[in-house]
Amino acid sequence: MLLDQASLDTLFRVKGVLPSTSTPEVKGQLEDIGFLTGEQVTVLRKGLFGKGPILVRVGSSTFALRENEAKLIELEAIAS
Amino acid sequence: MTESRIHFFAKEPLVALLGNPNCGKTALFNLLTGSRQKVANYSGVTVERKEGNLTLASGKVIRILDLPGAYSLYPRSLDERVTCDVLHGRAAGEKRPDLVLCVLNAMNLRANLRLVLATKRLGLPCVVVLNMVDIAKRHGLQIDEQALAKELGMPVIPTIGIQARGADDLKSYLAQLDWRNLAALSNTSLDQGDETVIAHSEHIESDNIQVHRILKKLNLDHVIPDHFSDRLDSVLLHPIIGPIILTVLLFFIFQAVFSWAVYPMELIKLGLEYLGGLLTQFMPDNWFRSLLIDGILAGVGGVLTFLPQILILFFFILALEESGYLPRAAYLLDRLMGRAGLSGRSFIPLLSSFACAIPGIMATRSISNARDRLITILIAPMMTCSARLPVYALLISAFIPHTKLWFDLDLQGLVLFALYLAGILGAMGVAWLLKHFTSKQFKVNALMMELPSYHLPRLSNLAISLWQRAEIFLRRVGGIILLMTVALWALSSFPLPPEGATGAPIQYSIAGMLGHALSIVFAPIGFNWQISIALVPGMAAREVVVSSLATVYALSSTGADAASALVPLISSTWSLATALSLLAWFVFAPQCLSTIATVKRETGGWKIPIIMLSYLFFLAYLASLITYRIALFFGLG
Repeated sequence: MLLDQASLDTLFRVKGVLPSTSTPEVKGQLEDIGFLTGEQVTVLRKGLFGKGPILVRVGSSTFALRENEAKLIELEAIAS
Repeated sequence: MTESRIHFFAKEPLVALLGNPNCGKTALFNLLTGSRQKVANYSGVTVERKEGNLTLASGKVIRILDLPGAYSLYPRSLDERVTCDVLHGRAAGEKRPDLVLCVLNAMNLRANLRLVLATKRLGLPCVVVLNMVDIAKRHGLQIDEQALAKELGMPVIPTIGIQARGADDLKSYLAQLDWRNLAALSNTSLDQGDETVIAHSEHIESDNIQVHRILKKLNLDHVIPDHFSDRLDSVLLHPIIGPIILTVLLFFIFQAVFSWAVYPMELIKLGLEYLGGLLTQFMPDNWFRSLLIDGILAGVGGVLTFLPQILILFFFILALEESGYLPRAAYLLDRLMGRAGLSGRSFIPLLSSFACAIPGIMATRSISNARDRLITILIAPMMTCSARLPVYALLISAFIPHTKLWFDLDLQGLVLFALYLAGILGAMGVAWLLKHFTSKQFKVNALMMELPSYHLPRLSNLAISLWQRAEIFLRRVGGIILLMTVALWALSSFPLPPEGATGAPIQYSIAGMLGHALSIVFAPIGFNWQISIALVPGMAAREVVVSSLATVYALSSTGADAASALVPLISSTWSLATALSLLAWFVFAPQCLSTIATVKRETGGWKIPIIMLSYLFFLAYLASLITYRIALFFGLG
């Protein structure tokens, strides 16, 4: 599953960041700010009508991401 | 023979503060160095360089350098580039630090420890500073410092960056350090210059695994929720309530800038009048007295009057920044900015531009997307900078009645708000146009902005930052503005009028001739020759327009009432249409020379500043023309 489709307030784990052909530098930037394999991720807030930036908690930091950035982050469910 | 450059560095050891953005590094820096700070730029780049001295208990003085915040040691922005260069010892004119203090936010060890591990690989003597231990403790987070030190293989010192004695442990640690033998603190150097992308990507993955192992071992392997910030965010970031609060907040700030500054401004004005009176009384009536009173006192003094307003605006921006609200405002505005083709990241540079376009343009360095950065630079000057406030303030107090409207709002404040709004709308329009003409060449822009937890702003930190802003402003007043007012006084005083001439002497001077020539260009938009003259030195810095008008009018009045206030003078001689037209001009008015110089330096050429200059001139002329003609149509001429 990709981060932009993740449901709110649910704990996920980062599987990896997909490379982007149009913006190759984004993968590294996302990794630098903490979207690394195994990190815990929760979507805190989506914009009105599902548009606009997404508020994501990764580890213990909170980041605002745009949809096109969120689309690069692959998540997996945490078995509970 | 090859020539080599030799740099001479101060003999005191250099200690660099390194850390993620939002780790409380700047508060700690303020705590260590107090107000003894030097703010300048790194050589060759416009990244702000902050250095201060710390005298240790042993009497030894060390220099402390506050490096720009970085998420990793792989440079992705100009800021991070500087940090990397300094740490590798290849920044021009910088000494490689003798010691690195790696600052950790105790509440966010996960992200911060990755940077520590990367720093360790540099092979520099390194000490870990565990900051914000008070907040961690309050959240029930018990960090075993000794165990952490053992895992990292580096000393760990706890600090509280926002408490008066919060850095005492660190100070005594530094005092007992053997500064001649720091090598004991360094790790095996694996430094081979910049990492390649692939090596960096591998490093960061393996660093992360190690961080997880350490956290697990110290029983810190769980995420501590920040309920306070989350609860605040549920209101402040609410899709409907959030933007309403932001609008009210911005409106309140602009009202405050106008109403709080009234008394200090009156005080400065009275002081200047008193000084002028003294000079008139005790000096012989000659050209030197005219230079002091009509030139310097009227010019520089007129600008100085607006210091309170500038400080109030900076106070709010700094307080919002320190509280953690500023990036949230950017988040709220991201969709709006997205429609204009920008990202929320452009918000902070644009907001700073309300104080001054120069720090705003410099702040665009944090925008990694080249297109976004360029557009932000191009529209930043349209945000009403505080240098325009004096001009607005003068015209508003001369022409707009001080009427109270509903809800205790006054008409003057409302007009001011409208002027700010006009600038913002103009900027958004230009950004939208640029998006549609350039979108093919550039890629979609990035946001990726961290929202730190909320903090109560510390007055001492605000005071230090505010003092630094005031100093920069006063240095400008003392430098370029003084120079321009003296130059204008000379231009307006010489050559002297011929024998037996009637009328104001300035009409015969160089400035008078220049103004008369320019007034042909500006006549269609309702500017008289006095305004036309004042616009010329206004290119040095916009607030000079007020002082120039003061100079022009003080000199052109044939009587002895040279010191008479500008407000009644212009309200009786200008039409309302002219005043409105001049207000419209200043919404878009072409930049002061220092902004243009900054743009040239930031974009590395003359192309962008020339484009900016011409489009702003065109817009300003157009806006004034429309305003003037409409005002005439309604019989306000």
